[in-house]
Amino acid sequence: MTEKRFNPLPGFRLTLGLSVFYLSAIVLIPIAALFIKALDVSWADFWRLAFNARALAAYKLTFGASLVAALANAVFGTLLAWVLVRYRFPGRRLIDALVDFPFALPTAVAGLTLASLFSENGWLGRFLVPYGIRGAFTPLGVVIALTFVGLPFAVRTLQPVLENFDRGVEEAAATLGAGRLRTFLTVIAPTLVPTIVTGFALAFARAIGEYGSIVFISGNVPYQTEIAPFLIVMRLEEYDYTGAMALAVVLMVCSFLLLAAINWLEHWASHFEKQ
Amino acid sequence: MSIELRHVSKRFGGVEAVSDVSFSMKDGELVALLGPSGCGKTTALRMIAGLEMPTAGDIYIRGQRVNDLSVQKRNVGFVFQAYALFKNMSVFHNIAFGLKVKKWKRGAIEERVSELVMLLDLCGLEKRFPHQLSGGQRQRVALARALAPNPTVLLLDEPFAAVDAKIRQELREWLVHLQYDLKLTALFVTHDQEEAMEIADRIVIFSHGRVEQIGTPREVYESPATEFVARFIGVMNVLDVEVRGGVGRAGELEFPAHGHGEGERFRIGFRPYAVSISSDPSALRYRAVVRHTYFLGVMMRVELELPSGQTIRARVTKEDYARLGLADDREVSFQLREYRLLASEGGLLEPEVAVAREMPPMLGEGI
Repeated sequence: MTEKRFNPLPGFRLTLGLSVFYLSAIVLIPIAALFIKALDVSWADFWRLAFNARALAAYKLTFGASLVAALANAVFGTLLAWVLVRYRFPGRRLIDALVDFPFALPTAVAGLTLASLFSENGWLGRFLVPYGIRGAFTPLGVVIALTFVGLPFAVRTLQPVLENFDRGVEEAAATLGAGRLRTFLTVIAPTLVPTIVTGFALAFARAIGEYGSIVFISGNVPYQTEIAPFLIVMRLEEYDYTGAMALAVVLMVCSFLLLAAINWLEHWASHFEKQ
Repeated sequence: MSIELRHVSKRFGGVEAVSDVSFSMKDGELVALLGPSGCGKTTALRMIAGLEMPTAGDIYIRGQRVNDLSVQKRNVGFVFQAYALFKNMSVFHNIAFGLKVKKWKRGAIEERVSELVMLLDLCGLEKRFPHQLSGGQRQRVALARALAPNPTVLLLDEPFAAVDAKIRQELREWLVHLQYDLKLTALFVTHDQEEAMEIADRIVIFSHGRVEQIGTPREVYESPATEFVARFIGVMNVLDVEVRGGVGRAGELEFPAHGHGEGERFRIGFRPYAVSISSDPSALRYRAVVRHTYFLGVMMRVELELPSGQTIRARVTKEDYARLGLADDREVSFQLREYRLLASEGGLLEPEVAVAREMPPMLGEGI
């Protein structure tokens, strides 16, 4: 920002100052505090607290289930956004409104509902359990709950981009002889990939942090259906603050690295728009 | 016949966008579909491409009825107003797209693309992406992409509307040269009558979904078939005339009654070029004052105000303007050389009535 440039809305310093203050108070200081607190522990203790077998199982479930859920949302969320943007049909507005439902519903309610739905006597579980599909108190249940909470992120990210998509591009491909599949794969999909990746990243980040809905549907069996955030809460309930902190630091570093990787992927996928 | 439309109509819901349109174009012709926005010209173009299906009527390309042929199989080149380039592909791949679809061999594709790159002066830009190009370059890439698979006809939808005036002029010249060099058959849509006059061999004038007139630029300018055409192409003075005392009067201006009875009204129209001006206020029949002068390049348009306050638009060359010593607020006299009777409602125009026919008008800038 150069000083001499005329700006009809002055206040760059003020707004930047406030932004930095806000970001510090809300994000940076708590994170820093967490790291500083974790430094009190010896390396051996940290290793024991953060990487014991139970913790490893919890990380695996948290990141694995989040990844599966976010991938599912990336695929079906794209489809849903496409249908909502491209077609006009009765009930479209209702479906459009329903997409936001997971945003608004308290996650505990969602977890409870899903758990009762997929349990052995539930509406869906009744038909699925005899076939060996157990949607409650299993890792699958965790995936289901995470898919539920992540869906709006995938849909709402892509929707505005699809709405602004130039239909002329599809028509141009058609006049050049390209069929629908070819047009979709070579012309439409590549330009949407960066946005789909963004939606995926948001759904994924949301899933890693999810707690409320999962505690009801997963059953929280150690080594099997226990997620990392639940383990942290358990440690806190045992007044083992150091143990909770160690888990939190690992979770945070992993999240940070994953988000950085996704950001890079996003940048790479949209290489044709930058430089 | 390269393209032929026979009684083609298109309805969108309850609205008839194109109604009973018929026209044809020959091989190697450059034809403009001209009309105000919303007149159905773009819909007509899109129906030829196969991007819209006609509700009624038949479309022929090179003698083949194409109504049931998909867009992909019509082998037309289409250039969009907003370029519609594939932004995820480089210039090379944009141009090569249609060739890859048609499964050309790699060597042949490279050869054809470099040929078009040369032709459209895009050398050195092959590796760039669309966002790194200027508007004029983008539209030239779009042209190259459409031309690459050797289409039967090139269809252009307001191709120069999105670029600034200077680039627009350049692109027009490109199109004319390409059309001449490659013996292209091209049909373009425009709302800009000057653009149509300048580059088209023939113009199809649309209004409210119907064809008003088809003809060469000179024909539609000098012999407009309808009042719509007369007013849309160039400038026209339109006067309401009432018959009083056996003479048709519009303010100070007098005309023969043309068979109208006492008290009846009719309308007449005349072009700015049909007004002769003299710097001597009493030399010609009517007196007036020069109110405004518009500089149009070779031509000057002057607005004459009669004592009653009625204004008339006239046109003189720059040289005449200087020779006559014209200037704003200068008193002059004028006379009409020719005018037309206008039909009361739509309908066809009568031929011109010569008052004192002089040199034929020349087609020039700023008509």
